[in-house]
Amino acid sequence: MDHIFEKYSLKKPENLIPLLQDIQKEKGYLTDEIVDKVADYLHIPTNRIYGVATFYDQFRFRQRGQYHIQVCRGTSCYLCSSSSYLKEIEKLLKIQAGLVTRDRKFSLEIVNCMGGCGKSPVIRINDNYYHRLSVSDLSDIIRALREKKQ
Amino acid sequence: MLLNIEINGQQVSAKRGETILTVLNRIGVKVPTLCYLSSLSPSGACRMCVVEVEGLSHLVPACSHQVEEWMQIHTHSPRVLKARKTLVELLLANHPDDCLYCDRNGSCELQVLSEELQVRDRKYISKHKPVQIDKACQSIQRDPAKCVLCGRCSRVCREVIGVAAIDAVGRGSNTRIGTTYNKGLNFSACVKCGQCILACPTGALTERKALQSVIEALGNPELYPVVQFSPTVPAAIAEEFSLKSNKDVLNLLRSAFRKMGFRQSFDTSFAADINLMEEAAVYLERQPENKKFPFFTSCCPSWVRYIEVFRPEFKDYLSPLKSPQQIMGKVIKQYITSSAGVKPEKVFVVSVMPCTAKKAEAESENSGNKSVDAVITIRELIRMIRLLGIDLGNLESEPSNTAFSLSSSSGRLFGISGGHLEGLLRTINFMSTGQDLNPVKINDLRGLKARKEARIKINKQSVNVVAVSGLANAIALLDEIAAGRDDFQIVEVMACPNGCINGGGQQIGLDEKSLKSRMKALYDIDEEEMVKMAHKNPTITELFDKFLSKPNSAMNREILHKDQPKPASV
Repeated sequence: MDHIFEKYSLKKPENLIPLLQDIQKEKGYLTDEIVDKVADYLHIPTNRIYGVATFYDQFRFRQRGQYHIQVCRGTSCYLCSSSSYLKEIEKLLKIQAGLVTRDRKFSLEIVNCMGGCGKSPVIRINDNYYHRLSVSDLSDIIRALREKKQ
Repeated sequence: MLLNIEINGQQVSAKRGETILTVLNRIGVKVPTLCYLSSLSPSGACRMCVVEVEGLSHLVPACSHQVEEWMQIHTHSPRVLKARKTLVELLLANHPDDCLYCDRNGSCELQVLSEELQVRDRKYISKHKPVQIDKACQSIQRDPAKCVLCGRCSRVCREVIGVAAIDAVGRGSNTRIGTTYNKGLNFSACVKCGQCILACPTGALTERKALQSVIEALGNPELYPVVQFSPTVPAAIAEEFSLKSNKDVLNLLRSAFRKMGFRQSFDTSFAADINLMEEAAVYLERQPENKKFPFFTSCCPSWVRYIEVFRPEFKDYLSPLKSPQQIMGKVIKQYITSSAGVKPEKVFVVSVMPCTAKKAEAESENSGNKSVDAVITIRELIRMIRLLGIDLGNLESEPSNTAFSLSSSSGRLFGISGGHLEGLLRTINFMSTGQDLNPVKINDLRGLKARKEARIKINKQSVNVVAVSGLANAIALLDEIAAGRDDFQIVEVMACPNGCINGGGQQIGLDEKSLKSRMKALYDIDEEEMVKMAHKNPTITELFDKFLSKPNSAMNREILHKDQPKPASV
């Protein structure tokens, strides 16, 4: 992690978010140890960092699954009943939003807006965007991913 | 430059840069506040203090909005009143309605607001999210269900104490005041000072109670209950029960303790005298080496915990002495009661402290070998006095029934920031020159200031000392020392602002006036008391002769000093 810290040689509090973003990009998620290290480096109390990291949806304290499903809950998607998609996925994967399946294959996350409001509701799985799916499409996609070998 | 503004139709002049609330307070207009604390930066989070300003479409928070020349302010217009009432109704939407069972019943600010704004029915009902009460810490308990998210505790923790153990975690309706990683308070940066309890408007933060075990011990015929009380207790009790200042509160208190069933009562300032004697000797021994300087006092457990956890590089600078509470407990059990023929294991030592950190400190000893068995705060003592039906106003005061009751006024000064240092310098001066400090009073170390520096001459050498209160100020001082500042010989630190008179176990809602009267009470004792110095206290000399040996000897180290880590066995 030292090479990431080196990028932020100015130990200013305003470097906190970019620093956390870079670390998460590399490690995939944040851990208690990472928060402790960042606190030591920037001289910010751990609780402030934890507060910031839990405030923004972009920071995770859990490892992602192999397939990371993001369901949009922005205003537009919400009005197009994205929550029923969310419920359906939760039922299929047997996990709640924010969690990872036991086999680490899927993780589910609610996000605020992905900028595809015209095509609401939007769902993103890794780098693929899906929009205006029907519920049966959704279960097909997830089944296909589940059966797919590595 | 003065501005002319209009408040409720009255012409008022105000200074540029003042907030509306400051002006309102000055002219005697009261607007309700919740998240505002005069000692902290305003956050404008609760909006309870909103006022209407003509020409602005929205209501503005008085606590954080500055006055401007053209302002015409209405503080209690129908629109404002309706907004305030709605705010309280919204706060109550997910507040548990268990006032009758709440620790803060009667001293809750939310209760007062709800009454003042005439909230008479539950207008909004929201989902109660299950939350867990955090009982992990031995000093402080957190109940997030009662939290109104005003943020006062976290601002105190960050700005005054400087550790930021609790802060807002999460977002939106899921926001909670929590610790890092949502662990229990004992795993956090908390130093257990309890300032957050004083800041909390509701019952979300309270001390861990020890009252029940005290009541049980008093009713147990097998035990020999004794009590020790901090020098700040008499003034606090006098204020709470509005006792006249001419009453002999100290002996009244002793008589109340006897009525409760305590066999003996001890003033902890007696142990403070022991602490001073021993500490002065340790200081003088350390001095020639000049390595572990400055010398840090160790009577505040929150400060000691901060050093041990966050700045271990300064650990050797700390005085090795136990806090007066622990010394008193040890001396009671080992000498005083055993000379009366009571076995130490039968003695139940209760200590009454203005402090929550002392609870954890007492618990840190092994359970079979505790110096102090239960610690109650002054708030708990007040409850106990009421619970046991003791009418202080009509009680006859009785003098102490123990031989070891006389304490010097130096010991009493421990209750206020700078007092420990003053007492210590008096004894150091005597030990190194054989003469008393002249003048005895060190004015530079007095008053309600966060940082008090003094330079005095002892044995023709100038000694530079500093007393800081409010842990955040001490942290700033540590940074100065770490950066190379080396002109201080002794540093006294109290974690709570102004010391124990404003400790986390004091009554809730103390204002500057009552702090000043408590400070004055302690200084008055110093003025009137014949024995002003620890080494002049005859019972202390007797104790050192009879039970202990001379200050800083191996035997005293065993009893009065903190357990040193044992050398690794070979």
